[in-house]
Amino acid sequence: MSNVPVELKYAKTHEWARSNDDGSVTIGISDNAQDQLGDMVFIELPEVGQSVSAAEACAVVESVKAASDVYAPIAGEVLEVNDGLADSPESVNSDAYGEGWLFRLQPADAGELAGLMDGDAYETFLASEAH
Amino acid sequence: MTNRTPLYEEHVADGGKLVDFAGWEMPINYGSQIDEHNNVRNDAGMFDVSHMTVVDLTGERTREFLRYLLANNVDRLKDSGKALYSCMLNEDGGVIDDLIVYFLSDDFFRMVVNAGTREKDIAWLEKQAPAFGVSVTERPELAMIAVQGPNARDKALPLLSDAVRPAAAGLKPFFGVFDGDWFIARTGYTGEDGFEIVLPADAAAAFWQQLRAAGVRPTGLGARDTLRLEAGMNLYGSDMDESISPLEAALGWTVAWEPAERDFIGRTALERQREAGTTQKLVGLLLVDKGVLRNHQKVVTDGEADGEITSGSFSPTLQRAIAFARVPKSTGDTCQVDVRGKLLNARVVKPPFVRNGEAQIEL
Repeated sequence: MSNVPVELKYAKTHEWARSNDDGSVTIGISDNAQDQLGDMVFIELPEVGQSVSAAEACAVVESVKAASDVYAPIAGEVLEVNDGLADSPESVNSDAYGEGWLFRLQPADAGELAGLMDGDAYETFLASEAH
Repeated sequence: MTNRTPLYEEHVADGGKLVDFAGWEMPINYGSQIDEHNNVRNDAGMFDVSHMTVVDLTGERTREFLRYLLANNVDRLKDSGKALYSCMLNEDGGVIDDLIVYFLSDDFFRMVVNAGTREKDIAWLEKQAPAFGVSVTERPELAMIAVQGPNARDKALPLLSDAVRPAAAGLKPFFGVFDGDWFIARTGYTGEDGFEIVLPADAAAAFWQQLRAAGVRPTGLGARDTLRLEAGMNLYGSDMDESISPLEAALGWTVAWEPAERDFIGRTALERQREAGTTQKLVGLLLVDKGVLRNHQKVVTDGEADGEITSGSFSPTLQRAIAFARVPKSTGDTCQVDVRGKLLNARVVKPPFVRNGEAQIEL
Protein backbone atom coordinates (compact mmCIF):
# COMPACT_ATOMS: atom_id res chain seq x y z
CA MET A 1 0.00 0.00 0.00
CA SER A 2 1.12 3.54 -0.69
CA ASN A 3 1.98 5.88 2.08
CA VAL A 4 -0.64 8.70 2.16
CA PRO A 5 -0.30 11.03 5.20
CA VAL A 6 -3.75 12.26 6.25
CA GLU A 7 -2.66 15.79 7.20
CA LEU A 8 -1.68 16.67 3.61
CA LYS A 9 -3.72 17.75 0.59
CA TYR A 10 -3.37 16.09 -2.81
CA ALA A 11 -3.85 16.97 -6.47
CA LYS A 12 -5.10 14.54 -9.12
CA THR A 13 -1.71 14.95 -10.78
CA HIS A 14 -0.15 13.36 -7.64
CA GLU A 15 1.40 16.40 -5.95
CA TRP A 16 0.98 16.89 -2.21
CA ALA A 17 0.65 20.24 -0.40
CA ARG A 18 1.38 20.95 3.27
CA SER A 19 0.19 24.14 5.02
CA ASN A 20 2.94 25.58 7.18
CA ASP A 21 2.42 27.74 10.29
CA ASP A 22 3.70 30.86 8.49
CA GLY A 23 1.01 30.59 5.82
CA SER A 24 3.33 29.16 3.18
CA VAL A 25 2.62 25.84 1.45
CA THR A 26 5.22 23.15 0.74
CA ILE A 27 4.82 21.06 -2.41
CA GLY A 28 6.14 17.63 -3.34
CA ILE A 29 5.07 14.51 -5.23
CA SER A 30 3.28 11.65 -3.52
CA ASP A 31 4.86 8.40 -2.48
CA ASN A 32 2.67 6.66 -5.05
CA ALA A 33 3.98 9.00 -7.78
CA GLN A 34 7.65 8.43 -6.92
CA ASP A 35 7.03 4.70 -6.81
CA GLN A 36 5.45 4.75 -10.27
CA LEU A 37 8.26 6.85 -11.75
CA GLY A 38 11.16 4.91 -10.26
CA ASP A 39 14.67 6.04 -9.31
CA MET A 40 15.01 9.82 -9.58
CA VAL A 41 18.12 11.08 -11.34
CA PHE A 42 17.44 14.79 -12.01
CA ILE A 43 15.02 17.37 -10.66
CA GLU A 44 14.35 20.70 -12.36
CA LEU A 45 12.85 23.25 -9.97
CA PRO A 46 11.18 26.64 -10.52
CA GLU A 47 12.96 29.95 -9.82
CA VAL A 48 12.56 31.61 -6.43
CA GLY A 49 10.29 34.62 -6.92
CA GLN A 50 8.51 33.04 -9.88
CA SER A 51 4.71 33.27 -9.89
CA VAL A 52 2.91 30.08 -10.80
CA SER A 53 -0.74 29.49 -11.50
CA ALA A 54 -2.73 26.48 -10.41
CA ALA A 55 -2.14 23.43 -12.64
CA GLU A 56 0.88 25.12 -14.29
CA ALA A 57 3.78 22.81 -15.07
CA CYS A 58 6.54 24.39 -12.98
CA ALA A 59 9.00 21.59 -12.19
CA VAL A 60 10.21 18.37 -13.80
CA VAL A 61 11.13 15.14 -12.05
CA GLU A 62 13.25 12.85 -14.17
CA SER A 63 13.60 9.23 -13.19
CA VAL A 64 15.91 6.81 -14.91
CA LYS A 65 12.79 5.78 -16.85
CA ALA A 66 11.10 9.04 -17.89
CA ALA A 67 10.61 12.77 -17.36
CA SER A 68 7.39 13.97 -15.72
CA ASP A 69 6.02 17.45 -15.24
CA VAL A 70 5.08 18.60 -11.76
CA TYR A 71 2.04 20.89 -11.64
CA ALA A 72 1.50 23.59 -9.03
CA PRO A 73 -1.53 22.40 -7.02
CA ILE A 74 -2.42 26.03 -6.22
CA ALA A 75 -1.37 29.47 -7.48
CA GLY A 76 1.31 31.44 -5.67
CA GLU A 77 4.82 32.81 -5.57
CA VAL A 78 7.81 30.50 -5.14
CA LEU A 79 9.51 31.33 -1.81
CA GLU A 80 12.09 28.57 -1.68
CA VAL A 81 13.19 25.50 -3.62
CA ASN A 82 14.87 22.35 -2.32
CA ASP A 83 18.45 22.89 -3.50
CA GLY A 84 19.52 19.65 -1.84
CA LEU A 85 17.87 17.69 -4.65
CA ALA A 86 20.62 18.74 -7.08
CA ASP A 87 22.98 16.37 -5.30
CA SER A 88 20.50 13.83 -3.99
CA PRO A 89 17.45 13.52 -6.24
CA GLU A 90 16.90 10.08 -4.70
CA SER A 91 15.46 11.84 -1.61
CA VAL A 92 12.23 12.06 -3.59
CA ASN A 93 12.18 8.25 -3.61
CA SER A 94 13.31 7.62 -0.05
CA ASP A 95 11.38 10.42 1.69
CA ALA A 96 8.74 11.87 -0.64
CA TYR A 97 6.98 13.82 2.13
CA GLY A 98 10.12 14.97 3.97
CA GLU A 99 13.57 15.54 2.50
CA GLY A 100 12.14 15.00 -0.96
CA TRP A 101 9.99 18.18 -0.90
CA LEU A 102 10.29 20.25 -4.08
CA PHE A 103 9.36 23.89 -3.44
CA ARG A 104 7.52 26.23 -1.08
CA LEU A 105 4.82 28.68 -2.20
CA GLN A 106 3.22 31.80 -0.79
CA PRO A 107 -0.38 31.06 -1.86
CA ALA A 108 -2.18 33.68 -3.91
CA ASP A 109 -5.38 32.45 -2.26
CA ALA A 110 -5.09 30.03 0.67
CA GLY A 111 -8.71 29.06 0.02
CA GLU A 112 -7.56 27.15 -3.07
CA LEU A 113 -6.26 24.40 -0.79
CA ALA A 114 -9.82 23.42 0.01
CA GLY A 115 -10.26 22.40 -3.61
CA LEU A 116 -7.63 19.66 -3.25
CA MET A 117 -8.27 16.11 -2.03
CA ASP A 118 -7.66 15.04 1.54
CA GLY A 119 -5.79 11.83 2.32
CA ASP A 120 -8.89 9.63 2.26
CA ALA A 121 -10.08 11.04 -1.03
CA TYR A 122 -6.61 10.60 -2.56
CA GLU A 123 -6.50 6.96 -1.46
CA THR A 124 -9.87 6.41 -3.09
CA PHE A 125 -8.62 8.20 -6.19
CA LEU A 126 -5.52 5.96 -6.33
CA ALA A 127 -7.66 2.87 -6.00
CA SER A 128 -9.91 4.04 -8.86
CA GLU A 129 -6.87 4.83 -11.04
CA ALA A 130 -5.49 1.35 -10.47
CA HIS A 131 -8.51 -0.13 -12.29
CA MET B 1 -3.20 -11.31 -24.68
CA THR B 2 0.18 -10.97 -23.03
CA ASN B 3 2.52 -13.92 -22.71
CA ARG B 4 4.16 -15.00 -19.49
CA THR B 5 7.53 -16.68 -19.19
CA PRO B 6 8.08 -19.77 -16.99
CA LEU B 7 9.54 -17.35 -14.41
CA TYR B 8 6.41 -15.21 -14.05
CA GLU B 9 5.62 -16.52 -10.56
CA GLU B 10 9.20 -15.80 -9.48
CA HIS B 11 8.93 -12.19 -10.66
CA VAL B 12 5.75 -11.74 -8.66
CA ALA B 13 7.36 -13.34 -5.60
CA ASP B 14 10.44 -11.12 -6.02
CA GLY B 15 8.27 -7.97 -6.10
CA GLY B 16 8.87 -7.30 -9.79
CA LYS B 17 7.06 -4.36 -11.36
CA LEU B 18 5.55 -6.02 -14.42
CA VAL B 19 5.08 -4.19 -17.71
CA ASP B 20 4.19 -5.19 -21.23
CA PHE B 21 7.32 -5.75 -23.33
CA ALA B 22 6.82 -6.91 -26.91
CA GLY B 23 3.68 -8.74 -25.81
CA TRP B 24 5.30 -10.27 -22.73
CA GLU B 25 4.58 -9.47 -19.10
CA MET B 26 8.11 -8.72 -17.91
CA PRO B 27 9.69 -7.12 -14.81
CA ILE B 28 10.96 -3.57 -15.47
CA ASN B 29 12.55 -3.59 -12.02
CA TYR B 30 12.16 -5.22 -8.61
CA GLY B 31 12.31 -1.95 -6.66
CA SER B 32 15.28 0.09 -7.76
CA GLN B 33 16.60 0.00 -11.31
CA ILE B 34 19.76 1.87 -10.29
CA ASP B 35 20.59 -0.54 -7.46
CA GLU B 36 20.05 -3.46 -9.84
CA HIS B 37 22.27 -1.82 -12.46
CA ASN B 38 25.08 -1.16 -9.98
CA ASN B 39 24.80 -4.67 -8.60
CA VAL B 40 25.50 -6.11 -12.08
CA ARG B 41 28.55 -3.82 -12.44
CA ASN B 42 29.84 -4.78 -8.97
CA ASP B 43 28.62 -8.29 -8.20
CA ALA B 44 26.08 -10.48 -10.05
CA GLY B 45 22.54 -10.08 -11.33
CA MET B 46 20.16 -12.31 -13.26
CA PHE B 47 17.69 -11.48 -16.02
CA ASP B 48 14.79 -13.48 -17.31
CA VAL B 49 15.26 -13.37 -21.08
CA SER B 50 12.92 -16.26 -21.82
CA HIS B 51 10.85 -13.96 -24.03
CA MET B 52 13.65 -14.09 -26.59
CA THR B 53 13.26 -16.63 -29.34
CA VAL B 54 15.53 -19.65 -29.70
CA VAL B 55 15.52 -21.06 -33.23
CA ASP B 56 17.37 -24.23 -34.22
CA LEU B 57 18.51 -24.59 -37.82
CA THR B 58 19.29 -28.08 -39.02
CA GLY B 59 20.22 -29.72 -42.30
CA GLU B 60 23.36 -30.53 -44.23
CA ARG B 61 23.46 -27.14 -45.95
CA THR B 62 22.88 -25.03 -42.81
CA ARG B 63 26.26 -23.30 -42.99
CA GLU B 64 25.73 -22.47 -46.65
CA PHE B 65 22.27 -21.11 -45.80
CA LEU B 66 23.63 -18.84 -43.06
CA ARG B 67 26.44 -17.66 -45.32
CA TYR B 68 23.67 -16.30 -47.57
CA LEU B 69 21.25 -15.19 -44.83
CA LEU B 70 23.53 -13.13 -42.59
CA ALA B 71 25.66 -10.03 -43.17
CA ASN B 72 28.37 -11.37 -40.91
CA ASN B 73 30.11 -14.52 -42.14
CA VAL B 74 29.47 -17.80 -40.33
CA ASP B 75 32.71 -19.09 -41.84
CA ARG B 76 34.32 -17.15 -38.98
CA LEU B 77 32.90 -19.93 -36.80
CA LYS B 78 35.36 -22.80 -36.89
CA ASP B 79 35.15 -24.28 -33.39
CA SER B 80 32.00 -25.95 -32.12
CA GLY B 81 30.15 -23.78 -29.61
CA LYS B 82 31.44 -20.48 -31.01
CA ALA B 83 28.98 -17.58 -31.28
CA LEU B 84 28.72 -14.79 -33.83
CA TYR B 85 26.78 -11.52 -33.65
CA SER B 86 25.17 -10.56 -36.95
CA CYS B 87 22.49 -8.51 -38.62
CA MET B 88 19.92 -10.24 -40.81
CA LEU B 89 19.19 -7.85 -43.69
CA ASN B 90 16.47 -7.41 -46.25
CA GLU B 91 17.28 -6.91 -49.95
CA ASP B 92 17.53 -3.13 -49.38
CA GLY B 93 20.20 -3.59 -46.71
CA GLY B 94 17.79 -2.67 -43.88
CA VAL B 95 18.07 -4.60 -40.64
CA ILE B 96 15.31 -7.19 -40.12
CA ASP B 97 16.88 -8.14 -36.79
CA ASP B 98 20.18 -8.48 -34.98
CA LEU B 99 20.94 -11.86 -33.49
CA ILE B 100 23.45 -14.30 -32.06
CA VAL B 101 24.14 -17.51 -33.96
CA TYR B 102 25.99 -20.47 -32.41
CA PHE B 103 27.85 -23.03 -34.50
CA LEU B 104 27.24 -26.44 -32.97
CA SER B 105 27.97 -28.79 -35.85
CA ASP B 106 27.91 -28.44 -39.61
CA ASP B 107 24.27 -29.51 -39.75
CA PHE B 108 23.15 -27.70 -36.57
CA PHE B 109 23.30 -24.00 -35.75
CA ARG B 110 21.27 -22.22 -33.05
CA MET B 111 20.02 -18.64 -33.33
CA VAL B 112 18.70 -16.36 -30.60
CA VAL B 113 16.54 -13.54 -31.99
CA ASN B 114 14.59 -10.67 -30.43
CA ALA B 115 11.12 -11.14 -28.93
CA GLY B 116 9.64 -8.10 -30.66
CA THR B 117 10.66 -9.35 -34.11
CA ARG B 118 9.79 -13.02 -33.61
CA GLU B 119 7.00 -13.29 -36.16
CA LYS B 120 8.72 -11.52 -39.03
CA ASP B 121 12.02 -13.30 -38.27
CA ILE B 122 10.39 -16.72 -38.44
CA ALA B 123 8.51 -15.74 -41.60
CA TRP B 124 11.77 -14.57 -43.20
CA LEU B 125 13.65 -17.73 -42.17
CA GLU B 126 10.87 -19.94 -43.46
CA LYS B 127 10.89 -18.05 -46.74
CA GLN B 128 14.65 -18.40 -47.26
CA ALA B 129 15.38 -21.83 -45.73
CA PRO B 130 13.62 -24.22 -48.13
CA ALA B 131 16.00 -23.43 -51.00
CA PHE B 132 18.76 -24.89 -48.84
CA GLY B 133 16.72 -27.76 -47.41
CA VAL B 134 17.19 -26.31 -43.93
CA SER B 135 14.64 -26.94 -41.16
CA VAL B 136 13.64 -24.02 -38.95
CA THR B 137 12.53 -25.11 -35.48
CA GLU B 138 11.41 -22.69 -32.77
CA ARG B 139 12.06 -23.85 -29.21
CA PRO B 140 9.30 -22.25 -27.11
CA GLU B 141 9.71 -24.99 -24.50
CA LEU B 142 13.07 -23.48 -23.55
CA ALA B 143 13.62 -20.67 -21.03
CA MET B 144 16.66 -18.41 -20.86
CA ILE B 145 18.37 -16.78 -17.89
CA ALA B 146 21.28 -14.34 -18.21
CA VAL B 147 23.61 -14.21 -15.21
CA GLN B 148 25.88 -11.18 -15.48
CA GLY B 149 28.50 -9.38 -13.44
CA PRO B 150 32.09 -9.80 -12.22
CA ASN B 151 30.98 -12.54 -9.78
CA ALA B 152 28.35 -14.10 -12.06
CA ARG B 153 30.38 -17.09 -13.23
CA ASP B 154 31.66 -17.93 -9.74
CA LYS B 155 28.12 -17.86 -8.36
CA ALA B 156 26.52 -19.80 -11.22
CA LEU B 157 29.11 -22.54 -11.78
CA PRO B 158 28.44 -24.51 -8.57
CA LEU B 159 24.77 -24.76 -9.61
CA LEU B 160 25.49 -26.43 -12.95
CA SER B 161 25.69 -30.20 -13.32
CA ASP B 162 28.92 -31.93 -12.32
CA ALA B 163 29.20 -33.18 -15.87
CA VAL B 164 29.26 -29.76 -17.53
CA ARG B 165 30.94 -27.67 -14.83
CA PRO B 166 34.55 -28.10 -16.02
CA ALA B 167 33.61 -27.26 -19.60
CA ALA B 168 31.46 -24.30 -18.52
CA ALA B 169 34.26 -23.00 -16.30
CA GLY B 170 36.67 -23.26 -19.20
CA LEU B 171 34.48 -21.50 -21.77
CA LYS B 172 36.21 -18.69 -23.60
CA PRO B 173 34.18 -15.51 -24.22
CA PHE B 174 31.54 -15.98 -26.93
CA PHE B 175 31.50 -19.76 -26.65
CA GLY B 176 28.74 -22.08 -25.46
CA VAL B 177 28.44 -25.72 -24.43
CA PHE B 178 25.55 -28.18 -24.25
CA ASP B 179 24.56 -30.13 -21.15
CA GLY B 180 21.65 -32.30 -22.32
CA ASP B 181 18.81 -29.84 -22.97
CA TRP B 182 20.75 -27.08 -21.23
CA PHE B 183 23.03 -24.73 -23.16
CA ILE B 184 25.49 -22.55 -21.28
CA ALA B 185 27.15 -19.67 -23.16
CA ARG B 186 29.64 -17.05 -22.05
CA THR B 187 27.75 -14.19 -23.68
CA GLY B 188 25.66 -11.26 -22.52
CA TYR B 189 24.24 -7.82 -23.10
CA THR B 190 25.71 -5.84 -20.21
CA GLY B 191 29.43 -5.34 -20.87
CA GLU B 192 30.22 -7.64 -17.94
CA ASP B 193 31.36 -11.24 -17.78
CA GLY B 194 28.76 -13.94 -17.25
CA PHE B 195 26.61 -16.62 -18.79
CA GLU B 196 23.44 -16.83 -20.80
CA ILE B 197 21.82 -20.15 -19.94
CA VAL B 198 19.16 -21.80 -22.08
CA LEU B 199 17.30 -24.47 -20.12
CA PRO B 200 14.02 -26.40 -20.17
CA ALA B 201 11.09 -24.23 -19.09
CA ASP B 202 10.15 -26.65 -16.30
CA ALA B 203 13.63 -26.32 -14.75
CA ALA B 204 13.73 -22.53 -14.89
CA ALA B 205 12.01 -21.62 -11.62
CA ALA B 206 14.13 -23.98 -9.52
CA PHE B 207 17.34 -22.71 -11.13
CA TRP B 208 16.26 -19.09 -10.59
CA GLN B 209 15.67 -19.85 -6.89
CA GLN B 210 19.08 -21.51 -6.59
CA LEU B 211 20.75 -18.51 -8.20
CA ARG B 212 18.90 -16.18 -5.84
CA ALA B 213 20.02 -18.29 -2.86
CA ALA B 214 23.59 -18.05 -4.18
CA GLY B 215 23.35 -14.25 -4.00
CA VAL B 216 22.50 -13.48 -7.61
CA ARG B 217 20.01 -10.63 -7.58
CA PRO B 218 16.93 -10.47 -9.87
CA THR B 219 17.44 -7.61 -12.31
CA GLY B 220 14.76 -6.06 -14.51
CA LEU B 221 14.60 -4.96 -18.11
CA GLY B 222 15.14 -1.34 -17.03
CA ALA B 223 18.66 -2.10 -15.80
CA ARG B 224 19.22 -4.35 -18.81
CA ASP B 225 18.64 -1.31 -21.02
CA THR B 226 20.97 1.07 -19.13
CA LEU B 227 23.64 -1.65 -18.89
CA ARG B 228 23.60 -2.35 -22.64
CA LEU B 229 23.60 1.37 -23.44
CA GLU B 230 26.67 1.92 -21.25
CA ALA B 231 28.25 -1.12 -22.90
CA GLY B 232 27.72 0.46 -26.35
CA MET B 233 25.35 -2.26 -27.57
CA ASN B 234 22.54 -1.44 -29.99
CA LEU B 235 18.88 -2.15 -29.31
CA TYR B 236 16.82 -3.33 -32.25
CA GLY B 237 13.82 -1.09 -32.93
CA SER B 238 15.49 1.91 -31.27
CA ASP B 239 18.97 2.15 -32.80
CA MET B 240 18.23 0.36 -36.07
CA ASP B 241 15.34 -1.15 -37.99
CA GLU B 242 14.40 -2.11 -41.52
CA SER B 243 14.87 1.47 -42.77
CA ILE B 244 18.47 1.65 -41.47
CA SER B 245 21.49 -0.21 -42.74
CA PRO B 246 24.23 -1.53 -40.44
CA LEU B 247 26.53 1.14 -41.93
CA GLU B 248 24.26 3.84 -40.48
CA ALA B 249 23.96 2.06 -37.12
CA ALA B 250 27.63 1.76 -36.09
CA LEU B 251 27.44 -1.92 -37.07
CA GLY B 252 29.78 -1.79 -40.07
CA TRP B 253 32.15 -4.02 -38.10
CA THR B 254 29.58 -6.83 -38.27
CA VAL B 255 29.42 -6.80 -42.07
CA ALA B 256 31.87 -9.30 -43.55
CA TRP B 257 32.81 -7.88 -46.99
CA GLU B 258 35.43 -10.54 -47.60
CA PRO B 259 35.40 -12.88 -49.38
CA ALA B 260 34.03 -10.60 -52.10
CA GLU B 261 32.35 -13.52 -53.87
CA ARG B 262 30.14 -14.37 -50.87
CA ASP B 263 26.61 -13.35 -51.83
CA PHE B 264 24.44 -12.46 -48.86
CA ILE B 265 21.00 -10.88 -48.72
CA GLY B 266 21.39 -7.11 -48.80
CA ARG B 267 24.97 -7.16 -50.09
CA THR B 268 24.26 -5.34 -53.35
CA ALA B 269 22.38 -2.55 -51.56
CA LEU B 270 25.12 -2.22 -48.93
CA GLU B 271 27.85 -2.04 -51.56
CA ARG B 272 25.95 0.68 -53.37
CA GLN B 273 25.62 2.59 -50.11
CA ARG B 274 29.31 2.13 -49.31
CA GLU B 275 30.31 3.49 -52.71
CA ALA B 276 27.89 6.44 -52.62
CA GLY B 277 28.82 7.15 -49.01
CA THR B 278 26.44 7.19 -46.09
CA THR B 279 24.94 10.53 -45.06
CA GLN B 280 24.42 9.73 -41.40
CA LYS B 281 26.14 7.82 -38.62
CA LEU B 282 25.35 6.54 -35.15
CA VAL B 283 27.51 8.08 -32.42
CA GLY B 284 27.69 8.20 -28.64
CA LEU B 285 26.77 11.38 -26.76
CA LEU B 286 27.76 12.53 -23.29
CA LEU B 287 25.67 15.39 -21.96
CA VAL B 288 27.84 18.23 -20.63
CA ASP B 289 25.00 20.31 -19.15
CA LYS B 290 22.64 19.07 -16.45
CA GLY B 291 19.64 17.05 -17.62
CA VAL B 292 18.73 13.66 -19.02
CA LEU B 293 18.91 12.50 -22.63
CA ARG B 294 15.89 10.57 -23.94
CA ASN B 295 14.94 8.70 -27.10
CA HIS B 296 13.77 10.91 -29.98
CA GLN B 297 15.20 14.20 -28.70
CA LYS B 298 16.44 16.40 -31.54
CA VAL B 299 20.21 16.77 -31.99
CA VAL B 300 21.38 20.10 -33.42
CA THR B 301 24.74 20.08 -35.23
CA ASP B 302 26.78 22.49 -37.35
CA GLY B 303 25.72 20.49 -40.39
CA GLU B 304 22.72 21.19 -42.55
CA ALA B 305 20.48 18.48 -41.05
CA ASP B 306 19.34 17.67 -37.53
CA GLY B 307 20.01 14.36 -35.81
CA GLU B 308 18.00 12.34 -33.34
CA ILE B 309 18.70 10.41 -30.16
CA THR B 310 17.92 6.74 -30.70
CA SER B 311 18.65 5.56 -27.14
CA GLY B 312 19.12 7.99 -24.26
CA SER B 313 19.22 7.61 -20.50
CA PHE B 314 20.98 8.47 -17.31
CA SER B 315 24.10 6.36 -16.83
CA PRO B 316 24.16 5.04 -13.26
CA THR B 317 27.86 4.13 -13.57
CA LEU B 318 29.01 7.49 -14.95
CA GLN B 319 26.34 9.54 -13.12
CA ARG B 320 25.80 11.46 -16.35
CA ALA B 321 23.30 11.43 -19.18
CA ILE B 322 24.47 9.38 -22.20
CA ALA B 323 22.94 8.42 -25.52
CA PHE B 324 23.32 7.00 -28.98
CA ALA B 325 22.28 9.46 -31.67
CA ARG B 326 21.95 9.28 -35.43
CA VAL B 327 23.55 12.45 -36.79
CA PRO B 328 24.81 13.83 -40.12
CA LYS B 329 28.10 12.27 -41.22
CA SER B 330 29.84 15.67 -40.93
CA THR B 331 29.13 15.99 -37.18
CA GLY B 332 32.26 16.83 -35.21
CA ASP B 333 33.15 16.58 -31.52
CA THR B 334 30.25 18.55 -30.08
CA CYS B 335 26.54 19.09 -30.64
CA GLN B 336 23.47 20.34 -28.84
CA VAL B 337 20.38 18.42 -27.82
CA ASP B 338 16.89 19.88 -27.58
CA VAL B 339 15.80 18.79 -24.11
CA ARG B 340 12.22 19.98 -23.65
CA GLY B 341 12.82 23.22 -25.52
CA LYS B 342 16.28 24.00 -24.13
CA LEU B 343 19.44 23.44 -26.15
CA LEU B 344 21.94 21.59 -23.94
CA ASN B 345 25.59 20.95 -24.83
CA ALA B 346 26.83 17.43 -25.48
CA ARG B 347 30.11 15.83 -26.52
CA VAL B 348 30.32 13.26 -29.29
CA VAL B 349 32.13 10.19 -27.97
CA LYS B 350 32.96 6.70 -29.14
CA PRO B 351 31.06 3.93 -27.30
CA PRO B 352 31.39 1.81 -25.23
CA PHE B 353 30.90 4.14 -22.27
CA VAL B 354 31.61 1.39 -19.72
CA ARG B 355 33.22 -2.06 -19.91
CA ASN B 356 33.83 -4.45 -17.03
CA GLY B 357 32.82 -1.81 -14.51
CA GLU B 358 35.28 0.81 -15.82
CA ALA B 359 34.52 4.07 -17.61
CA GLN B 360 35.83 3.97 -21.19
CA ILE B 361 35.40 7.67 -21.97
CA GLU B 362 36.73 10.83 -20.40
CA LEU B 363 34.09 12.63 -18.33
